[in-house]
Amino acid sequence: MSEFFAMGGYAAFVWPAYGAAAIALIVLLIVSLRTLRAREAEIAKAEGARARAPTDRR
Amino acid sequence: MHRFANPARFQRLAASILPWSAAASAILLGAGLYFALFVSPRDYQQGETVRIMYVHVPAAWMALFVYVNVAIASAVALVWRHPLADLAAKAMSPVGATFTLLCLLTGSLWGQPMWGTWWVWDARLTSVLVLFFLYLGHIALVNAFDDPTRGAKSAAILALVGLVNVPIIKLSVDWWNTLHQPASITRLDVPAIDPAMLTPLLLMAAGFLAYFITVTIIRVRAEILERRLRAMRLAQTAEPAGALVGADRL
Repeated sequence: MSEFFAMGGYAAFVWPAYGAAAIALIVLLIVSLRTLRAREAEIAKAEGARARAPTDRR
Repeated sequence: MHRFANPARFQRLAASILPWSAAASAILLGAGLYFALFVSPRDYQQGETVRIMYVHVPAAWMALFVYVNVAIASAVALVWRHPLADLAAKAMSPVGATFTLLCLLTGSLWGQPMWGTWWVWDARLTSVLVLFFLYLGHIALVNAFDDPTRGAKSAAILALVGLVNVPIIKLSVDWWNTLHQPASITRLDVPAIDPAMLTPLLLMAAGFLAYFITVTIIRVRAEILERRLRAMRLAQTAEPAGALVGADRL
């Protein structure tokens, strides 16, 4: 097992490459999802305010 | 072309694709990592560092592929004024920038042990760095104006002008005989790579592609909602004058 993590002496290069890829892709996914959730919440709030407004024509 | 111009139709289509693309990216990346880290052999010259290839090369392919997609979306936005094309270009370019950064980073981590340097001003490396700056410029331009349509238009022109860099990147390894090796997979005859190494490479590439589709769908959805919000706010401020132009467009 430790031989696997040693990567033939190149652990300092192989693992940062995989780690950077994993971190970057996961962070981008989370940021994108959180932005979508935030927009959905804002839309729901705005539509609720519009429905409650008595002067609204629709 | 305009069949998908309707955001409601896009939302339906996107909603039906999303679970499949998300599942595909999880499965393909899982299998890709298994083959890349456990099954594939070490290289007879490069030892275990060859495993960096399974992240580096697919990231490089995606960097170019996403850029071409941003450019196509920009052309469609400029020529046909397709209402989703601007949003697609805006949604995709941060994804492409991420893949480009990963390509540069993993390339650096591969270059140090194998070439003996983190970075050289080699034609391939430099042109990919230019690609990264094009992405950054595109992201900055989209958000640079108060009027989002002006930002989208400027960014679209930048994306199209920057397209000239794509063939330069592809051919840089043939035009200039510098440190970076030429293509081993995307050539006309048989790939110059063993199937044991080609399998994880293609699995990772397919996984990155599925990931790109998944994240793009999520980001375009967010952009559509943002545009609808802006239209609603615009309609609200214009309410006394009775102007509701644009409020129901989305």
